Parts: sequence; structure tokens; C-alpha cells
Amino acid sequence: MNRSNKYLKTFAITYLIFLYAPALLLPIFSFNSSQIIAFPLSGFTTGWFKALLYQETLHEALRNSLIVAASSSIFATILGILASRAASRYYFPGKQFSLTFILAPLVLPEIIVGVSLLIVLIQLGLPLNLWSVVLGHTLLIMPFSILIMNSAFNNLDISLEEASLDLGETPIGTFRRIILPLVYPGIMASLLLGFTLSLDEFIIAFFLTGTETTLPVYIWSLFRFPKQLPATMALGTILIFVSLILLSLGEYFRRRAAKTQTSVM
Amino acid sequence: MMFLLSFWTQDYLILDKTFTLNNYIEAFTQPVYQLLFSRSLYISLTVTFFTVLLAYPMAYFISFYGGNRKALWLFLITIPFWTSYLLRMFLWKVILGYNGVLNSFLLWLEMITEPLTFILYNSNAVIIALTHGWAPFAILPIFVSLEKIDRSLLEASRDLGDGPIKQFFRVILPLSMPGVVGAALIIFIPTVGDYITPKLVGGTDGLMIANMIQVQFSKANNAPLAAALSVSSLVIVAFISIVFVLINKKHLRRY
Amino acid sequence: MSKLVQVKNVFKSFGDIHAVNGVSLDIQEGQFYSLLGPSGCGKTTLLRLIAGFEKPTSGQVFIDNTSMDNIEPNLRPTNMVFQNYAIFPHLNVEENVAYGLRNKSEKKSDQNKLVDEALELVGLSGLNKRSANALSGGQKQRVALARALILKPKVLLLDEPLSALDKKLREQMQSELRHLQRAVGITFILVTHDQYEALTMSDRVAVMFDGKVAQEASPRDLYELPNSQKVASFIGEMTFIKGEIVGENKNLQVQSEIFGKITIDKSRVFGQSSKKMVLGIRPEKIAIVPKTSRSKDLISGKIIDVSYFGETTNYKVSCGTIETLTISSQNSVGQLSYSVGEEIQLKADMNNIIAFSV
Repeated sequence: MNRSNKYLKTFAITYLIFLYAPALLLPIFSFNSSQIIAFPLSGFTTGWFKALLYQETLHEALRNSLIVAASSSIFATILGILASRAASRYYFPGKQFSLTFILAPLVLPEIIVGVSLLIVLIQLGLPLNLWSVVLGHTLLIMPFSILIMNSAFNNLDISLEEASLDLGETPIGTFRRIILPLVYPGIMASLLLGFTLSLDEFIIAFFLTGTETTLPVYIWSLFRFPKQLPATMALGTILIFVSLILLSLGEYFRRRAAKTQTSVM
Repeated sequence: MMFLLSFWTQDYLILDKTFTLNNYIEAFTQPVYQLLFSRSLYISLTVTFFTVLLAYPMAYFISFYGGNRKALWLFLITIPFWTSYLLRMFLWKVILGYNGVLNSFLLWLEMITEPLTFILYNSNAVIIALTHGWAPFAILPIFVSLEKIDRSLLEASRDLGDGPIKQFFRVILPLSMPGVVGAALIIFIPTVGDYITPKLVGGTDGLMIANMIQVQFSKANNAPLAAALSVSSLVIVAFISIVFVLINKKHLRRY
Repeated sequence: MSKLVQVKNVFKSFGDIHAVNGVSLDIQEGQFYSLLGPSGCGKTTLLRLIAGFEKPTSGQVFIDNTSMDNIEPNLRPTNMVFQNYAIFPHLNVEENVAYGLRNKSEKKSDQNKLVDEALELVGLSGLNKRSANALSGGQKQRVALARALILKPKVLLLDEPLSALDKKLREQMQSELRHLQRAVGITFILVTHDQYEALTMSDRVAVMFDGKVAQEASPRDLYELPNSQKVASFIGEMTFIKGEIVGENKNLQVQSEIFGKITIDKSRVFGQSSKKMVLGIRPEKIAIVPKTSRSKDLISGKIIDVSYFGETTNYKVSCGTIETLTISSQNSVGQLSYSVGEEIQLKADMNNIIAFSV
């Protein structure tokens, strides 16, 4: 038992290194002074980061991405709240079916989601711009929002709502004073996860964006210019840290949600 | 909508809305599409197999020997995957390239004399990159199903005379099959349609069906064919997934 | 006293399940009233119908002579203590207790005074700022009580409020609740599946089976004069013996193997009288008497099983027939104990025998 434990541990650590290796290259080469991404390292520089400061198109792509991420995570979360509220409290025929249906994009290859949306938009004669990307991302994020909000609402003890009504509060007041505060961590988690997903998403944005590019689409275009590689690495490093911060925040809210709700009983 | 479109024809920018099966006939008979379909499936199934194979011991280790550091292990596993998928796949291009990080590193250490070529711009590169990229999606479901196994069952099987290896195959593996099946599906379904990885590290020998869909759609201006290819791959994926689930039906009952 | 809560022929179905199947009750003002029954008998549904969380499929609920038909829970003069207390986890003790006051137009300073009074009433003075998550089960219970009582409802509904507490705390809370009810004078309606809880706390008890009220009576009557075998065996223990009617005038003469021919007052006969009857007797209404006793109507038997409960011992006694008697004997000073196989003599209190129709 002990020996197999040791082998397993060695395997686990090796595997972990394999998982980390690519990501670790980002900070290494973003501070490397050579333009070629290869060993041996040639020297330390922060020049690549400075170069990013003067990229007009980058700034625009970043702004677009932020707009898309913010709007689509907000839309998806609102829809997620409504859907899970409906699912957790009311029974209607085909409930199970519609839930499965809403969650379908979770397992569909993204390219198919992207292509179908593009076809629909073209057929409807809608222009391709940032808002079509927002639409696509909202669809993409919604299943995640619904899953998060569903668990938030399902953990919400129905007797808390009844108690509030029983103590004389109106249904609207109950929503504001009891339900919202209790699912608030879930809402934050959904917003943050949605924001991060949207910020990273490439394929749907690639298909649906018009002339206004988002950040991943911009990065994609950078790959074609070897000269830009170290700067791309630098940008990647920044993105990793931003993602990490957002996700740690999301995790924090998720845990807080779990904590306030398990202690109801 | 896409389903409808797949039965139409497009001549440059004009859509002909008469019903036709030509797109499907083309999708299934043209050698290039056949090749792409079978390559996509081959890559995807290989990736699924290796990812699950590597993920299982990891999940097993965390679940059975993780002690009170289980959460930390899981956190460590997921961290690298919160970076952009695009960037991670791009990094593999940088790593595996002819003058890339791996080759230059090995040359520098004088472990090899000339750059390795079997790992760039072909299916192998795609497989390596995807196996890396989807690891946590395999580890987490398997971990969850291992965690659900009531530890007293293990003591019972020991008590009834099973050694560690017998116990693994008679109790642990069957009980964790729902996690394995879930992991396999979670990896198989999206990887078939992956666009970024083959485009970045696949070269021409590693291109997959999604790249063709994109090409047909934008450059070749043949949206109906692209739609037909999408629908076809969706159907194939669904078919394989269902068969896979049916084969493992015995293990998926609720215990 | 007047009828405060009236339940008139109420039915409630959930799909095919008839949770409440024709219940009519009158609950007097100021009573401590219990709805007692096994789980699934519809008692909680009935309580929720009174609170307004469920709407009757047919029938009506009146409170204070007002129909509750179209009155939402938040506008009813009832407040509820939930089974799991439903303490709002994001609010502290004081905010929980003051929750309902928000909807009444009272000044902030008055509200604080009311909160303090309510907390004092339930023995939680000084815990105003304690977070809801830091409360023990018993404390949550008290907060739930304070939160409901502060609104001065006409009726306080309690849904198995003590079931989550351990035995000692439960017994303590039973007596506290009883005292509290007397002190505030509010009508309490308690749902419970614990017969001793119902007997010790209530003024009146309604026993429910399968969505119907089987018997509604004072605790004493319920125990001494259960109107069916089902009620009799749900509340406490009872031995049943087959009998046959051999004579009927203003009383009933019943012949049975163990008791011989006995006379039963008509007030102790339940159900349609037919030739065959079942006689019931509580275990403590039979005493083991010394072998030397010369009293008449003694039953002789042999002990076949002994269960020791501390303050009492239960004996199963075979009397030479296929039926056995259960006897409960207080282990008080001077009481002899017996063991399996011993031959003993019994004296049954024939006045306490009840006859049920088969």
C-alpha cells in the first residue's frame, strides 16, 4: 500500500508539472530579451510589456472585450436567475426537457454554436458587430449561469421564504429581503465566471465579430507575426494574472454561498 | 435553422432554397471530407483515451491519498486551465516547433543533435496539446465518482478476501465508471469540433473537420456545405456517444 | 371562550394523493391544541392550510369568523414556527426577531423595546447581535418563537418544533412552551408525531390518520377512552382480547377466555355493536398480586417475556390461551420482580376495559 502510494505520488507530481509547463513559459519568455522563443535565455527585459502600452489596436480590442464580457455576463446571469427561479419553484410540463435543452450548448462543440449563430444572424439580416458577439457569449455563458443559480436556488430552503411571508412580508419584499441576499454570492460567482469565459472565448467571437475585434481575436491575429511573439507572451502573462484574480474572487463568493446556505439547518 | 440550410445550395452569395441532399452526398463521398471526419474521430478518440488513462491515477491519488489536502490538489490542477485556451494551444506551438522551446532546450543540453520533427505540424502534436488541454475535465468527474464510493465498501471487500489489485478491479473501478464515462464524453464531444488546436499546431496533416467547416463557411462561401458538415459531425458525435453510453450502461445504474 | 379557528370540511389533494381528506375542527381561543398523527397523516398539510401556504381543494378555513379563502399568508393573523426554524441565515438574532415589525408602522425605538421584550420572554436576553449561524438548535427555536410572538398573532402555529432537539432539551422546551402559552394567552396549534408530547402539553388533541381526524378529545379522554383500536395503539400500549356479546341491557355483557364474563358500561363501547367484540386494556390496569391473595376474579398465567425499562418493567404473560397479556409494573418500593417462566396471579381492573367492534 505504502509503495503504491509513493509511485502514485511521483506520478501525480510529474503530471502536475506537465500541466503547468506551458503556462510557466509565459512569464519566462515575456521577460526574455530575445525575439525568438527558444532556449537558452538571453537576458532580462521589461521591454515587451512596455511595447504593449503603445498598441492602439490592442487597447481597442481590450475595450471591446470588456464591453462584451460585461454585457454578456450580466445578460446571462439575469436569464440564469429567471430560469432557475422558475425551475426551482414552479412545476410546468416539459420542465426537465427545457432544462436539458438550455444546457445543450454546454456540450456542443463551440464551432457548431458559432456557425449556427452566424447562419441565424445572416438569415435574419442582422449586422455583425459587438452585439452579435454579446448574443453569442450570452448563449455560451447561460448554461453555466443556470447551473450556478440553480444550485443557489435549490439550496435555498423554501421555509425561509414561507417564514418571511408568514411574518407579514409581501412576495416582492421577500424577494428583496430574503432571496436576493441569500443568492447574492451565486450571482457574483455567475458574473465573474461569465466575465472570464467571455474574455477568453475565441471561436464564437471569431465568427460573429465584424470589424471590431475582441482581445482573443486580436491575439489570434498576432500569432501570424513572429516579431510580435514576445509581446504576445507578455500580454498572456498579464491575462493569466487577471484571470487568476477574477477566478479566486469567484471561488471566494462560491464558498461564501455554500457557507451561508449549509448553515441554514 | 442550420439543419434547413444544410439542404440548400449556395452559389457565391445567392441562396437556392430548393431541397437537396447534395451537400450530404458531398460530405460523405468526397475523400477529403471522409479523411477529415475519420482523422477528427481518430484524434479525438486517442485524446479521450490518453486523457482518461492519465487522469484516472491522478484522481485516484487525490481521492485516496489526498488526505486533508484534497482541495489544494484540485485547485492546483485547475489553475493552469484558467488561462486562455487560445494561449495554451499557442504555447504548444511554441514548445513543439522546429526551433521551439523543447527542441532548443534539448539541443542546448546536447541530448539530441537535430530537432525532433515527429511532434510538430501533424496529428501527434494535436493529440499532445489536446491531452494537456482537457486534463482537468477528466480528472474532476473521475475524482467526484471516486469520492462518492463509500469507504466501508472497500473495507468490506478487503474483509471478504480481496487483495489490493482484485479490489481495484472488482470494486473501485466498476463503481467509478460513471465518472470515467462522464469524463470521456466531456472530452470526446468538444474535441471533435476543436478548431484552434489543429489550426495552430496541426499543420496540414493535423487539420480537423472544424477547420474545413470554417473554410467552407467564410472563404469558400459555401455555407450550406459547412452546415451539412456541422450537422453530420454532430450526428456522428451523438451516435458514438450514445453507443459508448450503451456499452457502459451496466455501470451507470445508480448504486 | 369562542371558536377562534374553524376548519370546515377541508379537502386537499396533491395529484392523486389526498393529504387532507375531509377535516372539520373547531379550535377555541386560548387553547393549546395539538394535531397528532404518524408521518404522512396530513397534519402538517392541515397546519399549512391554516397558515395559508396551501389552498384547500375544497372546504374553508375561518379565523375569528373571517373566511381565509382569499387571504395570503402574509395577511393572516397567524404566525408559524417552522420545523427547521427557518432562521434567516444572513441576519442576526435581533434582525430576525424584528423582521416582521418592518411591515407595521412602529417607531424604531419602540421596535427595539419590543425586540428586547420578546427576547426576554424566550430567555435570550442580551443575544441581540449574535449571528444566526452561531446559534444552537435550542436557541434557534427560541428565536423562531420570539420572531413569531412579537407580532402578537391570534394563532401561533408550530410545525414539529421540537423534533430536531435531543431528548433532554426537548422535555425542557415542552414545559417552557406550555408556560409560555399560558403567559401570553395566544392560541397555539402544535403539529407532532410524539404522543407523549401531545398528551403533556395540550388542552385538546386531534388524532389524524390518512388525512382524517380519528378522534378529537382532551389528553385524558384520548388515553382512557380511545374510540378505536387504531387510536388506542397509537397512543400508548393496549392489549386486545377477542370477546363475544352474551347479554345486553343498559350495560353490555361480554364473554372472553381470559377475563370470563364481564360487564362493560355503554360509555366504554365504541363502534357498531355486533356479536363479536374486541376488548382492550392498558398494561398498567393489570396488577400482579401475591400468590396468597384470595381476591376473586384472579387470572393465573406464566411469564414468557420480560422487558426492563428502569422505572417500569413490562411482562408478557400467557394465560393458557393463544392470546397474551401485557402488564406494566411500576418498580416502586417493595415491588417484587419476576422472571421468565414464573407462574403468577393477575388482577385486572375490569372497569377500565374498553370494547371495540370488530
